[in-house]
Amino acid sequence: MNNHKKRSERIAFMLFRTLGLLVVLILFWILGFIVYHGIGAISWEFLTTGPADGMTSGGIFPAIVGTLCLVAGSILFAFPLGVMSAVYTNEYAGNSWVVRFVRVMTNNLSSIPSIVFGLFGMALFVRALGFGDSILAGSLTLGLLVLPLVIRTTEEALKAVPYSYRTGSLALGATKLQTIRRIILPAALPNITTGLILSIGRISGETAPILFTVAAYFLPKLPNSIFDQVMALPYHLYVIATSGTDVEASRPVAYGTALTLILIVLLMNLLAAFLRKYFGKNVKHN
Amino acid sequence: MKRFIERIIESLLTVSGGITSVAILLIIIFLFKEGIGLFGSPTVEKGYSLCVHSTNRVSSLTVKEIKRVFDGEITSWETLGGADEEIMPFRFETVFSRYSDEELGENYRLLTDKLGQLIGDHPNIIAFLPQQFVPVDVPGVKVLAEKHVSVADFFGGNEWMPTATPSPLFGVVPLIVGTLIVSIVAILIALPLGLGVAIYLSELAGERTRKWMKPAIELLAGIPSVVYGFFGLVALVPVVQQTLRLPVGETAFTGSLLLAIMALPTIITVAEDAMRNTPRTVREASLALGATNWQTIYKVVIPYSASGISAAVVLGIGRATGETMAVLMVTGNAAVMPRSLFDAVRTIPATIAAELGEAPAGGAHYQALFLLGCILFVITMIVSVSAEMIAKKQQKQQKGQ
Repeated sequence: MNNHKKRSERIAFMLFRTLGLLVVLILFWILGFIVYHGIGAISWEFLTTGPADGMTSGGIFPAIVGTLCLVAGSILFAFPLGVMSAVYTNEYAGNSWVVRFVRVMTNNLSSIPSIVFGLFGMALFVRALGFGDSILAGSLTLGLLVLPLVIRTTEEALKAVPYSYRTGSLALGATKLQTIRRIILPAALPNITTGLILSIGRISGETAPILFTVAAYFLPKLPNSIFDQVMALPYHLYVIATSGTDVEASRPVAYGTALTLILIVLLMNLLAAFLRKYFGKNVKHN
Repeated sequence: MKRFIERIIESLLTVSGGITSVAILLIIIFLFKEGIGLFGSPTVEKGYSLCVHSTNRVSSLTVKEIKRVFDGEITSWETLGGADEEIMPFRFETVFSRYSDEELGENYRLLTDKLGQLIGDHPNIIAFLPQQFVPVDVPGVKVLAEKHVSVADFFGGNEWMPTATPSPLFGVVPLIVGTLIVSIVAILIALPLGLGVAIYLSELAGERTRKWMKPAIELLAGIPSVVYGFFGLVALVPVVQQTLRLPVGETAFTGSLLLAIMALPTIITVAEDAMRNTPRTVREASLALGATNWQTIYKVVIPYSASGISAAVVLGIGRATGETMAVLMVTGNAAVMPRSLFDAVRTIPATIAAELGEAPAGGAHYQALFLLGCILFVITMIVSVSAEMIAKKQQKQQKGQ
């Protein structure tokens, strides 16, 4: 009996170890595959010149610029709004039904598929407000998409600020707003920044929301205003992988683009992890 | 003065607190406003009408009937409730091969008259004409009554042909079936894998393994879906094609595999959190009673974290149904009813992404795609709300103990 129990335990545990290993292998397969094929394509020239020969050679510079524009635009829109919203729910609203309702709505917003944001962005920003296919429309759409992420990370950052900071500040005669501005926000800043960096990683990889709001297949020149269309990295990868003039010939460019995207996400994740660790230590020292 | 500014800032904060609710409200309004419009649009392509001879007893046709008439599947008026005569379908384009430019006159001035004559001469004709050339008030010509796309056509139709003429078909069933197949199979693959890894991470792995493995899995969640799609296209599709000896590798199954990989991080993290929340006392009680570690896991820890695990499943399904780019790139994009798991399919999000660019804004096709968006929105809302309810149940359960 005892033997039987031991044996089934050993089998089960072995199975779970194998599964754990398998998932890690899948991860390395994906990363390794893209890195192996893409590393040869990436060079300084690849990152700083435009596409040539019907996307089969040349670089991805306009797509990088486009993605930077979109990231900047959507962060400018979503970050202040998200932080303000989180400050309201965390510092002002207490634990009333309003807060619960707002939290449920934030959760719901984050579960809406990105293509639905694309539809919505097209209906509201591109058509109803008349922005056309533009950086403005794309940034607002992406901003809405990333808003729940900003709100959630900011809320967590605010919650991590010890309660004594608040009571201490209020006891010294500061008003609530002064407490928030001078005490709570500075204390929460590192964690808020972490959320910001994660949001940037998320925005730079989204394709579906920009399909119909901003992305262009090919543009010979860089954007001049927020009402211009741009190329963007994820959309560029999608078109050259599926519908370029010569799909096979543009594979190296596609691998290079995929690797660039992965590197951006990797960099943002590492940066966020580093910040978390660095400031985490600092707080402990205090 | 200072107080006044503070008041302003505080009310600004209050307003921004409602931003997500406003966003959802706007999404609902714009999505449904465009989507519902489909049911008011005519079944025949916009700006066109169908005309028959005035002696014809048939006065209106359904979408399906129109399509089958012009595809040559229905050849007799009798089938449609008319006389036992052969149907003569007539498309507007063919008018130019029938009449010379002189006969049609300058700027096609005589075109309408010629069409009136043509219909009058052929009692069995059914003509598909642009509205500006329809011969109105000409004896012998009857314009078929305009019908509107019905709810039953949309939700019950099993053909999705949004660009067919004269009447596009918006049957959503193949798309829903495609979405369901792809995401259910994905969950069936991802669930055992994900649970296994969650058990490994929370119960077996050492602290050091956990420390690098969790961020690695989170990284897997951070990779953009278009990169997954590209990976699927160049790596997974050939593998599936060769190992299963299929004519093409772009199938529902390939999509499921890719979605399973993409859903794994969500399932693993949520399930692992739930398992680690099992109180130590509960575990120790089980071990003290002589149970082995494995028995404790599957008889105590898993039942205890059941609601957390189901939340993981629900969230995984939500992520899988809404995923667009990856699925679009590997499932072969055929908007037809799949006969097996190894056929090409088209999911709802992939259809929107693939077709919205070509659909003229405001037209029936455009509205149909928005209605697909509404379906997707409703599905994800149900998923998200049920995940929340499950999580709440878990909290209550834990408070009770």
